[in-house]
Amino acid sequence: MSLYRDQGIVLRTYKLGEADRIVVFVTKGHGKVRAVAKGVRKTKSKFGARLEPTSHVAVQLYEGRELDIVTQAETLDHFKAIRGDLERIGAAAAMLEAVDHLSQEGEINPQLYRMLLGALRTLAGHNAPLVTPSFFLKLLALEGFGMIVDECMACGATTGLEAVDVDAGGTLCREHRQGVAVSAEGLGLLRQILGGQLGAALNEPESPATHEVQALATNALEHHLERRLRSVTLLDRG
Amino acid sequence: MGVYTGPVQNLIDELGRLPGVGPKSAQRIAFYLLKVDEVDASRLADAITEVKAKVGFCDRCFNISQGDNCEICLDDRRDPSVICVVEEPRDVVAVERTQEFSGRYHVLQGAIDHLQGVGPDQLRIKELIARIGAENITEVIICTNPNIEGEATALYLSRVLDAPGLTVTRIASGLPVGGDLEYADELTLGRALEGRRRIGSGE
Ligand SMILES: [Zn+2]
Ligand SMILES: [Zn+2]
Repeated sequence: MSLYRDQGIVLRTYKLGEADRIVVFVTKGHGKVRAVAKGVRKTKSKFGARLEPTSHVAVQLYEGRELDIVTQAETLDHFKAIRGDLERIGAAAAMLEAVDHLSQEGEINPQLYRMLLGALRTLAGHNAPLVTPSFFLKLLALEGFGMIVDECMACGATTGLEAVDVDAGGTLCREHRQGVAVSAEGLGLLRQILGGQLGAALNEPESPATHEVQALATNALEHHLERRLRSVTLLDRG
Repeated sequence: MGVYTGPVQNLIDELGRLPGVGPKSAQRIAFYLLKVDEVDASRLADAITEVKAKVGFCDRCFNISQGDNCEICLDDRRDPSVICVVEEPRDVVAVERTQEFSGRYHVLQGAIDHLQGVGPDQLRIKELIARIGAENITEVIICTNPNIEGEATALYLSRVLDAPGLTVTRIASGLPVGGDLEYADELTLGRALEGRRRIGSGE
């Protein structure tokens, strides 16, 4: 039993008993952590609004037998711009949900933590349509299941790519096409995101091509997770 | 789970479905109930049966009600033009205790929660919108919780409650009375600053 400090992002919370919550963090140094925040639902709680989903916090935790206990929390960023905008709350929720599903307790993954933090900062900066899809595609790449977007998965052809199949893991040429059709613009965006030009993709205004990429990225991630993302279904119903 | 036989396990399973009761607590309550007098156990069982038989939700505001409409909806001394929107019936009780509100309520029976997949369609929002015109409502006070789900719900409501002559307000979030400023978190303190009000004219 000992105290430890770390930085983390609140992925989600569950009510526990009368006034407590279980808070699930993805942390820099301890991977995914589930911890009890005592009294957090009381209006006079010392934690206040610090332990809400999306909050980036520095926390001190007491290592417990089953669940750790949050003893202190300081806000590093509460992403006010996200929390004041329904669309951005939804986009952030989808990213938090994806990270929650992909991370395991006891599995340290600082890269995952940094990616989520970066994506939330980007989203707080401006509500770009491709923040969440780019994050999904980068997550898959981090997991070793990156989408191949520069050649046909069946024959290796580098031209005439017209479709993306999440089962095959990438693009397909006219002859081998299966999965869903992808436009030249959509393919261009996928290549920007996966080929080191993320900034350009994030400046892209909403268009049929960004919708295409949104749908593809969600499909690819859900296929990998073998489950639907609740937050995304909700987004679409808008 | 499922190590006990028949009725005991059934009881543990049922208790475990209650909010805030985990498997361990469910087991503890079950064994407590096995030990109490028959009369006490029956009283609990009767109370549950009775509440289910006699109490439901108000047709109009979805607060807890013993008839088609709740006491607040039936009370004609209440201001008929103002609706206070809350998440749960217990929030009605909390607002009533302030004695600061004399209008009527609308209970959403939840909040928009992306992470749980709860969207506007699962809440009593359509019914709220229908009340605006039907009851000539002039003000809606959104009194959802000051957490991310409550905020998302308030943002959604402010978008859909768009009728001529209707004022939509959100309760201010601020510092707990009796608390120390230095313990306030930044978000709460920031909101309290945004929602500051004039206390001197300075003219
Ligand atoms: Zn091919
Ligand atoms: Zn009523």
